[in-house]
Amino acid sequence: MGNLFRGELIRLAAMDAEKMSKAWEHWNRDALFRRLLDNEPPTLWSARKIQQWIEKELERGDQRFSFSIYPLEGERLIGFVELNVTNWQHGNAWVGIGIGNREDWGKGYGTDAMRLVLRYAFDELGLYRVTLGVFSYNQRAIRSYQKAGFVVEGRERGALSRDGERSDMLVMGILRPEWEAQQGAMYKAAGGRDEDRN
Amino acid sequence: MNIAQSLFESEHICLGPINFEKDPEIEARWSEDADYLRMVSLEPARPSSPAQIKKMYEDIEKGQEENKNLFYFTIRMRADDRLIGFARLDWIDWSNGCGYVALGIGDPNDRNQGYGTETLRLLLRFAFDELNLYRLAAIIPEYNAAALRLFEKAGFVEEVRRRQAVNRFGRRWDLLHLGVLRNEWETHRSPDKPAVGLQYERPAGF
Repeated sequence: MGNLFRGELIRLAAMDAEKMSKAWEHWNRDALFRRLLDNEPPTLWSARKIQQWIEKELERGDQRFSFSIYPLEGERLIGFVELNVTNWQHGNAWVGIGIGNREDWGKGYGTDAMRLVLRYAFDELGLYRVTLGVFSYNQRAIRSYQKAGFVVEGRERGALSRDGERSDMLVMGILRPEWEAQQGAMYKAAGGRDEDRN
Repeated sequence: MNIAQSLFESEHICLGPINFEKDPEIEARWSEDADYLRMVSLEPARPSSPAQIKKMYEDIEKGQEENKNLFYFTIRMRADDRLIGFARLDWIDWSNGCGYVALGIGDPNDRNQGYGTETLRLLLRFAFDELNLYRLAAIIPEYNAAALRLFEKAGFVEEVRRRQAVNRFGRRWDLLHLGVLRNEWETHRSPDKPAVGLQYERPAGF
């Protein structure tokens, strides 16, 4: 099965509020990063403010599972990924991911991190489905999520207005059985969960 | 423009504020009806005491004051101000003009009377005419057929189907996002005061 926190290109590490807030302060200054990431108008928050938020979020540890993303080698923080369990009783979580610097985009880091986090969601947290929202103009992200196994489940029409144009918010999801099928032979060979599958 | 048009009143019902003296008792009684809770929320159904309901109301008003992205109303009978349900516009995203809508009619005897339809009509007008939003969505589990009919009748269409997102009644159900855009509402809206003889359709509240 390998290490839950090590992929082919990246590794997941703890969310270090101080390190992450410094990186965020820098990433934030690229408006495109923010416009790909969320629907709020980008505010240029100080590292101090960001750190306070992260620390507050970390207190909700039973519901939110946040990780820093590093390349396998080295100590350069390149992004974050977080699972937010919206309801344990239905087995649902939303996932959010960001790779901060443009130089690191399109290299497979995000896809690799997403694969790890899905394994974490299904194998460690025992969830049933993972959901995400992505904007229709973020084609690179949509392709990455599809590679990780997500399918488009619909679109909230015109949910974003930027530069005078309306875009959709796509909702994508992946179910536990889909993820298990995707693991295929590798999963079976390790003896994982055969007893549940019948 | 009709500056005097009533935003909060319809034929039988009106939208009103919370009454902290009277409402907690009534809503606490509704909360003993698990089927009702399962229609209006994905949270684990559990009965609430009047004191807990009062606390919830306080949180709602605090949220309205601090976040400015929530409008919460009680639904009351126009005739005697009796509380029959709640309605809310929530998670309003001002820069993109989006919001989410939800409503519930608490007592089974008040359902299927057209009150939900009236409420939704008021909410849509408030969202589009007063808040100037661009779109509204409602998130409804597929087992809530009455709510799906209510929103579809008001012009909402299915936009997203979160497959098997709800685990209840011994199986998994899809969770639907229904949406309506301002221009669709403008062409779909019916007259505020229906002509004499026009019947309100039946399967309204849920």
